[in-house]
Amino acid sequence: MGTVDALDTSRHAELLRVANLHAFYGESHILHGIDFVVNRGEVVTLLGRNGAGRTTTLRAILGLTGTRAGSILINGRETIGMATHEIAHLGVGYCPEERGIFASLSAEENLLLPPAVASGGMSVDEIYTMFPNLRERRSSPGMRLSGGEQQMLAIARILRTGAKLLLLDEISEGLAPVIVQTLGRVIRTLKERGYTIVIVEQNFRFAAPLADRHYVIEHGRIVEAVTMAELDKKMHKLHVLLGI
Amino acid sequence: MAIFGVPLQAMFGQLLLGLVNGSFYAMLSLGLAVIFGLLNIINFTHGAVYMMGAYAAYILMTVLGIGYWPALVLAPLAVGIFGMVIERTMLRWLYKLDHLYGFLLTFGLTLVLEGLFRSVYGVSGQPYPVPDLLRGATDVGFMTLPNYRAWIVVASLSVCLITWYVIERTKLGAYLRAGTENPQLVQAFGINVPLMVTLTYGFGVALAAFAGVLAAPVIQVNPLMGSNLIIVVFAVVVIGGMGSILGSILTGLGLGIVEGLTKVYYPEASSTVVFVIMAIVLMVRPAGLFGREK
Repeated sequence: MGTVDALDTSRHAELLRVANLHAFYGESHILHGIDFVVNRGEVVTLLGRNGAGRTTTLRAILGLTGTRAGSILINGRETIGMATHEIAHLGVGYCPEERGIFASLSAEENLLLPPAVASGGMSVDEIYTMFPNLRERRSSPGMRLSGGEQQMLAIARILRTGAKLLLLDEISEGLAPVIVQTLGRVIRTLKERGYTIVIVEQNFRFAAPLADRHYVIEHGRIVEAVTMAELDKKMHKLHVLLGI
Repeated sequence: MAIFGVPLQAMFGQLLLGLVNGSFYAMLSLGLAVIFGLLNIINFTHGAVYMMGAYAAYILMTVLGIGYWPALVLAPLAVGIFGMVIERTMLRWLYKLDHLYGFLLTFGLTLVLEGLFRSVYGVSGQPYPVPDLLRGATDVGFMTLPNYRAWIVVASLSVCLITWYVIERTKLGAYLRAGTENPQLVQAFGINVPLMVTLTYGFGVALAAFAGVLAAPVIQVNPLMGSNLIIVVFAVVVIGGMGSILGSILTGLGLGIVEGLTKVYYPEASSTVVFVIMAIVLMVRPAGLFGREK
């Protein structure tokens, strides 16, 4: 437990390096040269207004957009030409904005669905200890779960697979404050266990205390990078950029 | 003894015939439902591949001297592989387009395939013998049961139930169900969805070919045998609801029986009863008896 780092064979400090990433949906050019780096064990947020390109950045990392160009190194391997399922097997776990709980599968079938992509994933028991609600609702159909339960399930099911790079999209969106707090605790626990996490967030107050670094995206480009230490100093600038 | 003036023997005879027809409806509509669920393609070639299954068995026997039992495995395998080639080379390009394009392509393919077989074998039909083991009939007390027809019902029900079990109760089936809902996310979890799509299409096609082999000894093997059946099967799919596994099996069997009973009580309506039911279902439950409203 908690020895994720020991299982990594590569010595790269950088787990994810995105360079000059362009992405398209059909004819629309959404990302215009995104550059950022995520080091092993870091929690990094992608902030920005709606439509800035944060979700598209996560989807582009997994090859879920249309055409993409530039470079995405995961664990030192170039993935820009790889198929989506091959990228997942480099140890990437994805929690989409709409949560993506399968309605025709039970909660437990949803949990057990994603195949292992690396060794060292959490056991089902560990996951149920972390999310006790899911144990109670294990046989409920996916569509009967509450929003909070669906969100927890969407995170839980990628913890089983051994993925060490987690891409989480808007996990606090539309949830009650008490559930958002729980999710904050979960992110901290995961960080302690050595997971590397990229969070797309609208809720800056949720993300600020969790992250080592923040990147602000505007019009498909990174316009600002803020480390935790610089947070106070750059707060005014962030307020302006994010309109908060 | 008689029920509503119909002798019991005749009644059971028609019920069995209905059950046999229903078995074919069930197998074919099951394949269509599985293919539509994952590929979003209304596979009009389903009748043609059913016909190809029967011809594969016929060719295996006449050219290679391979009999019924090996053909029951080999013919679906060969036709299934043919289906996978079609999926890889043609259908693949249509997934993002409207259903209509897949329908048109598979309709065109049907015409090409039927034309090919017609130019080689003509339209009169070729006989295929009932395997020795299943010749004759068994007296089961209330009726005389032709062995081969009983086998059709048993074989197709077994295949349908195994398919249902795999899809609804196994991990492989969970991938399939999840892929039907959100293929992109399933692929983002690391599953090779394009391969799964190819194999699913191959399986659906092989299921139709299996039905074709089963049918070969009871009907003349002929190039149009699929076209005659597929229209009714599409009506069955509409009644059952597109995409429901158990729904397509139950509807297929049920409508076969309804057809059989109609032949007993009002033979004039037997060829239209399925379409009348379809019209009523479309008015009352547009998504089909087992379909989910979207």
